[in-house]
Amino acid sequence: MSPARNEEGQVGALAELAHDPSSRSRFLKLMGGGIGAASAFGVFLAACGGDDGGSAAGTTTGAGATTGAQMSSDIKIVNYALTLEYLEADFYAKVIDSGLFQGAQLNLIKVIGDHEAQHVEALKGTVEKLGGTPAAKPKTKFPLDSATSVLELAATVENLGAAAYLGQAGRIIDKEILAAAISIHSVEARHAAALNVLTGKSPTPDGAFAKPASMDEVLPMVQPFIVS
Amino acid sequence: MSNVNTTAPELAAVEIDGMNRSTFILKGALAAGAVYGTWAVSPFVRQALAQELIPGGGEGDIGILNFALTLEYLEATFYQRGQKLELSGEVMQLAKLIGDHENEHVVALTKTINDLGGKPVPAPMVAFPMKNQGQFLKLAQTLEDTGVGAYNGAAPLIKSKDVLAAAGSIVQIEARHAAAIRLLTGAVPAPTAFDEALEPTAVLGAVKPFIK
Repeated sequence: MSPARNEEGQVGALAELAHDPSSRSRFLKLMGGGIGAASAFGVFLAACGGDDGGSAAGTTTGAGATTGAQMSSDIKIVNYALTLEYLEADFYAKVIDSGLFQGAQLNLIKVIGDHEAQHVEALKGTVEKLGGTPAAKPKTKFPLDSATSVLELAATVENLGAAAYLGQAGRIIDKEILAAAISIHSVEARHAAALNVLTGKSPTPDGAFAKPASMDEVLPMVQPFIVS
Repeated sequence: MSNVNTTAPELAAVEIDGMNRSTFILKGALAAGAVYGTWAVSPFVRQALAQELIPGGGEGDIGILNFALTLEYLEATFYQRGQKLELSGEVMQLAKLIGDHENEHVVALTKTINDLGGKPVPAPMVAFPMKNQGQFLKLAQTLEDTGVGAYNGAAPLIKSKDVLAAAGSIVQIEARHAAAIRLLTGAVPAPTAFDEALEPTAVLGAVKPFIK
């Protein structure tokens, strides 16, 4: 999952920001805390430098300094999340194209797919704002045999996604990235619960306390869906 | 997707019995949700949390845990009362499932607060304006969505990784509850791509006028 260099991505992101689509601006506002915090966030980013940090120069001033190595660790986590979101977004796009769904189920799939696409854009923008290179969009393949099997797969993917975000919460160093990841985590949980109910399962298969999943647990499970 | 800015007028109608400071805070928290819309409050915190969220609930992680405990007590009582209403089989089943989870959250948070050397706050005295299944579901949806917002807002303030992991593990369940309830009310299970957060300090500011 090594990210490819994509210099155009940054230009594209800036152009998108200029057009100010609401979801992206909302998320970046979330990331930066609005106008008041924007300049402080800029200073913070400038101090962080590139994504392969690790240099002692990469520190913020004041209490709770974030080092370049910590920044690099956060970028890796956001890129991991980005890869999972790419998979989900691509999955729903293919499901919608498959023509297997109609009516209320199709509407729900469109809502969820739209969320995943927004997560992709937001996470991509986040990596760029952190001075990193966004992970490349993977080529995907999914078994789209029947509506039932697709819903089952969707439920599996969403439950895994929610567990994956939960697994990273304690590893994220920057509090603003943590806040952003958490705001996505609970949405993945909502998706998972809804799909669980639609497939006749409990909305809460883990009971009262959700279980996290580590990168090492998650990546092998999504590998079958990645062609390259 | 348009920005969802759910207002929750029914929360302002929740009666809180008892006249101690913590119940004022809770009432204020609910009223703030009603005034601002559950999600309208900025999700992260620019300064360290140097005051008690719940009076007598302690500061720092213990204060946050007591804040969460108060909300979980509220939810647990809500589902207990809800199960006394005439509910359909499907709704009753979910009310029991969720009520059990909220009870488990109360137990877990109480234990964590004790383990950290804090003092768990007592359960608030509450009354809910609901007489039928429709009112129950509507209030349940609002409470669960608010619970998600409260945990999401508090999470970045948490210092201990263990406490953060516990809060994350609970908020995911609250989000799942919210989605399941929303399916029953015919609402979109996930109304927005990013769940916003209810900032505890903003809640405090909003309720200050009520605190003597």
